[in-house]
Amino acid sequence: MATISIKGVQKSYGTFTALHGIDLEIADQEFLVLLGASGCGKTTLLRIVAGLNSPSRGSVKIGGNEVTHLPPRSRGISMVFQNYAVFPHLTVFENIAFGLRMQKLEKAEVERRVRRCAGLMHIEGLLERYSGQLSGGQRQRVAVARALAMEPSVLLMDEPLSNLDALLRLEMRAELKSVLQESRTTTVYVTHDQVEAMSLADRIAVMHGGHIVQVATPIEVYRNPATRFVGGFIGSPPMNFLPAEAVEGGWQVAGKRYEGPRADGLEFGIRPEDLEPAEAGFAGEVRVIEPLGAHQLVTMNVAGQLFRAVLDSDRRVSLGETLTLAPRPDRVRWFDTASGLAVAA
Amino acid sequence: MISKRALPYLLLLPATVFLIVFFVLPFLQVAWYAVTDDGGFTLQHFETMRQDWKFMPALTNTFLLVIIIVPIQIALSLGMASLVTKMKTGRELVLYIWTIPLGISDLAAGLIWLSILDQTGFMNSVLFHLGVVDQPVNHLLYNDYPALIAAVVLAEVWRSTAIVLVVLVAGMGLIPKEYGEAAEVFGASPWKRFIKVTLPLLRPSLQTALILRTILAFEVFAVAVALTGTNLPVLMSETFHWQFDLQDRHVASAYALVLLAVSIAFTLVYLRVLRVREEERA
Ligand SMILES: Nc1ncnc2c1ncn2[C@@H]1O[C@H](COP(=O)(O)OP(=O)(O)OP(=O)(O)O)[C@@H](O)[C@H]1O
Ligand SMILES: [Mg+2]
Repeated sequence: MATISIKGVQKSYGTFTALHGIDLEIADQEFLVLLGASGCGKTTLLRIVAGLNSPSRGSVKIGGNEVTHLPPRSRGISMVFQNYAVFPHLTVFENIAFGLRMQKLEKAEVERRVRRCAGLMHIEGLLERYSGQLSGGQRQRVAVARALAMEPSVLLMDEPLSNLDALLRLEMRAELKSVLQESRTTTVYVTHDQVEAMSLADRIAVMHGGHIVQVATPIEVYRNPATRFVGGFIGSPPMNFLPAEAVEGGWQVAGKRYEGPRADGLEFGIRPEDLEPAEAGFAGEVRVIEPLGAHQLVTMNVAGQLFRAVLDSDRRVSLGETLTLAPRPDRVRWFDTASGLAVAA
Repeated sequence: MISKRALPYLLLLPATVFLIVFFVLPFLQVAWYAVTDDGGFTLQHFETMRQDWKFMPALTNTFLLVIIIVPIQIALSLGMASLVTKMKTGRELVLYIWTIPLGISDLAAGLIWLSILDQTGFMNSVLFHLGVVDQPVNHLLYNDYPALIAAVVLAEVWRSTAIVLVVLVAGMGLIPKEYGEAAEVFGASPWKRFIKVTLPLLRPSLQTALILRTILAFEVFAVAVALTGTNLPVLMSETFHWQFDLQDRHVASAYALVLLAVSIAFTLVYLRVLRVREEERA
C-alpha cells in the first residue's frame, strides 16, 4: 500500500518561500500529475517527497509511515531526475543496473530487468555506450529505464519526456502508462505539458506560485477550473474571460444579459470550443484565423478584449468579418473578480 | 598577419625557451655527467653507485617511505575532502588552517618534529610529566629503524598532506551534486556512494594529486636529514652526499637519473591506471 500523504509542507529558501503549506493525499496505485508553469515549485515538492530536500515545515508519509526524516534510500522510491543524472562513468547497462546492484539482485535478474526496461524505452541498442555518447533524449530515456528497473512501489518522475520529439513522446507516454498500470505503481509525474498531464493522469494537481490550486481528474480540471488561473492555464487555447457588470436580475457581458450567481464582482468564462455561431451572442471583428486541420482558431475582438473561438473548418470565415457567437449555456463559468475563485452558477 | 594556427605556438614560445634553457639543458648536462668520463662513454658511475654500500639502503628506504606516506596522505585527504565538501559554512577557514603546514619549508618541518621527538623534546617532557615514562627516552636512535621511518612519515604527512587535500577538494567540488543524489535515491549507502560514484568521478584529480605527491615523496630529503642525520639514507641525501661531500658529480648525476627514472615510471603508471577514457567524459 504505497499511499503518499503530504501535510502542511512548506519550503523556504532564505526569505523566498517556494512552497506554501502543501497538502496532498495520493492514493495507492494512483497516477498523479503535478502540473504548473516553470518555477512554481514542482521539482521542489518532488524532491521533498524523495527526501533529497527537507521541508522547512510539514511532514511526508509514504505507505502510512512517517518518512520526513528518512534518507531517500529508505523510502522505497525511485526517481527520474529533471536533469537526468545519468552517471558518466558507467555504461547505459550499468546505469540501469545501478539500483539493482545496490539491492544485490542475482545476475540473471539484473540482466532480465535491464533488458526489459531498455526495450520499453527503445534503447536496447545503446546498452554498451556511455552517457557522453548519447543524445539528450536518449539520456533521458536511460534515466527513465533506470527508475523503472527498480520496480518501486513509488515512482517520482520530473519531466521525464521533456526532451523527446513529439512522435516519440506520444509513444513513450502510452508505453509508460501501460507499464505503470500493470505494475500498480503509485506515480507522481511532474510536467508543464498539459496534454501530457491530461492523457496520463488519474488526477492532476495544478500548482501555481508554490500553492496547489486544484486537485481533480483531468476532465474536472478542464471543465470546472477551481480558479481563473486554472482556466487560463489549462486548455490550448485557454479559456476566454470577459468582464461582467451586475444588472437587474443577472449580469451584463459584452452587451448581452446572462443569468448568473449573486456576487460582488464576477468575470465570465467560456472555453473557445464551447462557442457556436448564432443570431445573438458576442459580436466581434475577426482579427486572426489559424487553420488547425479539423478546426480553425479564430481570434476576435469582443468588447475590446481578445476572444478566441474554435470553429469547424468547414465554416467560412474571413478577416474583418463580424462574427456573432453564442456560448453553450451549460459551459459558462463564473469567477469572483477579487479572489479569482470559481463561483457556482 | 600571424595565422590563427600559429598563434598558440607563438604564445608558448617564451615558456618553451625558458624550459629549454633552465630545464632541458641542465638535464642533458646531468645525463652527460652520468654516462661519461673524460669525454668518453662509460657506465662506470652507475656501477660505482650500485656498489656503494649505502645505495641499496637508500633505494629501499626511499621506496618504503613513498609506499607508506603516499597512501596515508591519499586516504587522509579523501576523508578530509569529503568532510570539507559536505560543510556548508566555514569551508575556506578550515582549508586555510589545514594548509598552513604547506607554507613551512621541509627543513623547518623536519626541525619542528625533531624538537618534538628528540630526547629533550616536547613529547618526552609531556610523557615524563604525565608519568608515562620514568625518564626521557631518545626515540630517534640510529638502530631503531621503525622509529626512524615512523618519524619521517609523521613529519612528511604533517607537512605535505594539504597539497593532496587542496587538489582533491577542488576535484570533488567539480563533481555535480546530482550524481550523488541519484546514487542515494537508487539505494547506495554513503560508503557505496563514495566508492561507486565519487572515486570514479574523482579520477582526474586523484591522478594529479598522486603524480604530484609521489614525485615529491621520492625526493624526500630535508625532513629525513633533519630527523635522522645520516642514519636513514635516502636517494636524495645520497645524491647530495656524492655531490658535495665526495665531490663526485658523476655518481651524483647517476643518482639523480635513477630518481628521474623512478618518477617517470610512476607517473606513467598513474596516467595509465587512472585514465578517463574519452567516452566516459560527460
Ligand atoms: N536552492 C534554491 N535556492 C533558492 N531558490 C530556489 C532554490 N531551488 C529552487 N528555488 C526557487 O524555488 C522555485 C521553485 O523551483 P522549482 O525548481 O521547484 O520549480 P519547477 O516548478 O520545478 O520549475 P521548472 O518547470 O522550470 O523545472 C523557483 O522560483 C526557484 O527559483
Ligand atoms: Mg522542475
